[in-house]
Amino acid sequence: MPQNALKIKDHIDLFNDPEYLEIFKRKRAEFEDMPSEDEVAKQAAYINSVEYREKNLAREALVINPAKACQPVGAAYCAAGFEGTLAFTHGSLGCAAYFRSHLSRHFKEPSAMVCSAMTEDAAVFGGLNNMIEGLANAYALYKPKMIAVHTSCMAEVIGDDLNSFIIQSREKGSIPADFPVAFAHTPSFVGSHVVGYDNMMKSILSNFWEGKERKPGSGVNIIGGFDGYGVANAREIKDIIATMGIEGTLLSDVSDIYDTPADGSYRMYDGGTSLADTAKSLDAKATLSLQEWCTDKTLDYAKSKGQEVASFNYPIGLSGTDEFLMKLSQLTGKAIPESIARDRGRLVDAIEDSLAWIHGKSFSIFGDPDFVLGMTRFVMELGGEPLHLLCTNGNADWEGKMKELLASSPFGAMGQVWKGKDLWHMRSLLATEPSDYLIGSSYGKYLEKDTGVPLIRIGFPIFDRHHHHRFPTLFYKGGLRVLVTILDKIFDTIDEKTKVSGISYDLTR
Amino acid sequence: MALRQIAFYGKGGIGKSTTSQNTLAALVEMGQKILIVGCDPKADSTRLILNTKLQDTVLALAAAKGSVEDLELEDVMKIGYKGIKCTEAGGPEPGVGCAGRGVITAINFLEENGAYDDVDYVSYDVLGDVVCGGFAMPIRENKAQEIYIVMSGEMMALYAANNIAKGILKYAHSGGVRLGGLICNERQTDRELELAEALAKRLGCKMIHFVPRENIVQHAELRRMTVIQYAPDCAQADEYRQLAQKIHANCGKGVIPTPITMEELEEMLLEFGIMKSDEQALAELEAKTKKGAA
Repeated sequence: MPQNALKIKDHIDLFNDPEYLEIFKRKRAEFEDMPSEDEVAKQAAYINSVEYREKNLAREALVINPAKACQPVGAAYCAAGFEGTLAFTHGSLGCAAYFRSHLSRHFKEPSAMVCSAMTEDAAVFGGLNNMIEGLANAYALYKPKMIAVHTSCMAEVIGDDLNSFIIQSREKGSIPADFPVAFAHTPSFVGSHVVGYDNMMKSILSNFWEGKERKPGSGVNIIGGFDGYGVANAREIKDIIATMGIEGTLLSDVSDIYDTPADGSYRMYDGGTSLADTAKSLDAKATLSLQEWCTDKTLDYAKSKGQEVASFNYPIGLSGTDEFLMKLSQLTGKAIPESIARDRGRLVDAIEDSLAWIHGKSFSIFGDPDFVLGMTRFVMELGGEPLHLLCTNGNADWEGKMKELLASSPFGAMGQVWKGKDLWHMRSLLATEPSDYLIGSSYGKYLEKDTGVPLIRIGFPIFDRHHHHRFPTLFYKGGLRVLVTILDKIFDTIDEKTKVSGISYDLTR
Repeated sequence: MALRQIAFYGKGGIGKSTTSQNTLAALVEMGQKILIVGCDPKADSTRLILNTKLQDTVLALAAAKGSVEDLELEDVMKIGYKGIKCTEAGGPEPGVGCAGRGVITAINFLEENGAYDDVDYVSYDVLGDVVCGGFAMPIRENKAQEIYIVMSGEMMALYAANNIAKGILKYAHSGGVRLGGLICNERQTDRELELAEALAKRLGCKMIHFVPRENIVQHAELRRMTVIQYAPDCAQADEYRQLAQKIHANCGKGVIPTPITMEELEEMLLEFGIMKSDEQALAELEAKTKKGAA
């Protein structure tokens, strides 16, 4: 059907028109050599069977749809949260394009990054010249206040030594002798984006802390870790710091760079933790991390400098936030103010209002280690029952803590912890032993499509919904937002289910 | 004492692993706590200390377990002669994969998992030529402070020694790595000691020790032992003890080497009669042919 200029059909409608459906049908029949519909149906039924699930779980040599990104994505995210900081990929261009697009598709913001563009000759002779020229160009063209270098696989495989390369670049005059360049080796084939975040954070801190004498003060550093909701959560953290009246520094603050107002002027840098504050953070009394597995090495480093350290597991909701606030209060000697206590009361009130709808419902959750742990804890606080808890980049330590958490509450009795598994495993689990709901990133939509388990989009990345990252998930206020997200899906699902018969298709829920 | 990190480099087959293990066995007699990091895919840097055939390597175990993240330090670290901690990086079969990356992976793993805690010495035993970035890992910043080059009076060993000095020079200005000196492993070539000393002079470093050739080393090796363990009272054992003492005393005395050009090296070899000039070689060949014809 020809398009009408007054009412143009988009791809969603257009390709469902009869002539397109006819084309697809003919293509299948004449060119695709597809097995018969019976065969396809038989195979589709088989991959939903228990037998297939066992084979799938025994899978050794293949990963299908891992729920993780690679180290440089985490390193670039971490660097973006510092004032005037330009992320620099030492490696090949295609890698840098992936890191940028992954962040941009989630935050719906540009993600500036430069790359040393290594090609065949650099693979043979080493990337020193690429570094020398790359730093010179990046410094001259984009006038950053700091450059944060991470690596892609290629540079790692051939063993490029960033420290030596950067020193030689300074000697050649690419950048001034005292210009801050942080660097982290971030091979994509080891760890995940949470490790890359850790490596870059440690590197940035050591860039400012090394060789300085620490004058112990009373301040507290807070590190958020890699977080798809980092924009709004950074604001929450700063809000708590201000409300409690403490001397606090949020290390890596992405609230402006990934949420820059459209006011007519594009800028590559906006906001971020100031470099002066980063240097001063050495003197802090303590460094707190909101995500344990994003800051392993960073906290060890802070500790080695004489700071107290503590880590939390993505404190959503009541008990997680309670622990964090009490630690903050204990470290600073400041009382938790009435306004925060009232926020808590509001969350408790909301949980009570909705308890009847969540109580006894089962939830499967996938995502980053701290997120899955914090989310599982919150689901149990809401009266939900965690079922399949899957983390591709979780380690044995994570597994142990998950089991401990599940054992701490009768709501955790059904919980099964799946360490190092991928989303194809999750598909088998949901096909054979479904939960009522699934919580995870946009990649969960294929699981929803295949297994019918409704997806509640919370996590990273969220590519197919907009602006979620502008609302918080952490602490009491974030918990309220997460609760609403869960409830919306529950009520939508119930409406969907009841609208045909009309039975229980109610106005008031 | 602060952690001291040293590395042995040298041409393949020069007796690097034998020399390093005998020296380390002597160092442990001096009360030093030692960790060996074998960085040769052949994985023969610890067999004389462990008295075993070959140790399971970090990379072989990682491959068996799925990934290096699944490994524990206890899996890869064995305790050998007088408490020496032994690890082998391992690597791929000849002709496949990337051995250099293996070295990087293994060293990162060991460091992150605390293998370097509570030792006085870390010793890297590295495959002959610094063929790629991976094999330079032990000379990066915060790794080996001194490199000891094992060589002999043979031409190829001298070439290799000079090349390794070039590698050290590349890293010396951006980090702390220095050339500790040359260790000459006697091959009974002409004027060997003199030649070794001449090369050391050219490179601007010390000739640390001249280790005489002695069959007992092979006897001990056949029994998978160091001479120190096999025949502690023999003269050869004392040679290694001397070498160990010299290395121990050489702390912080390494130098930035001054490698020489190919022409300079060849001139030196001509001077010592190791290499013949083209004219001389042709003349000799002609004489030989005539003699055969006659």
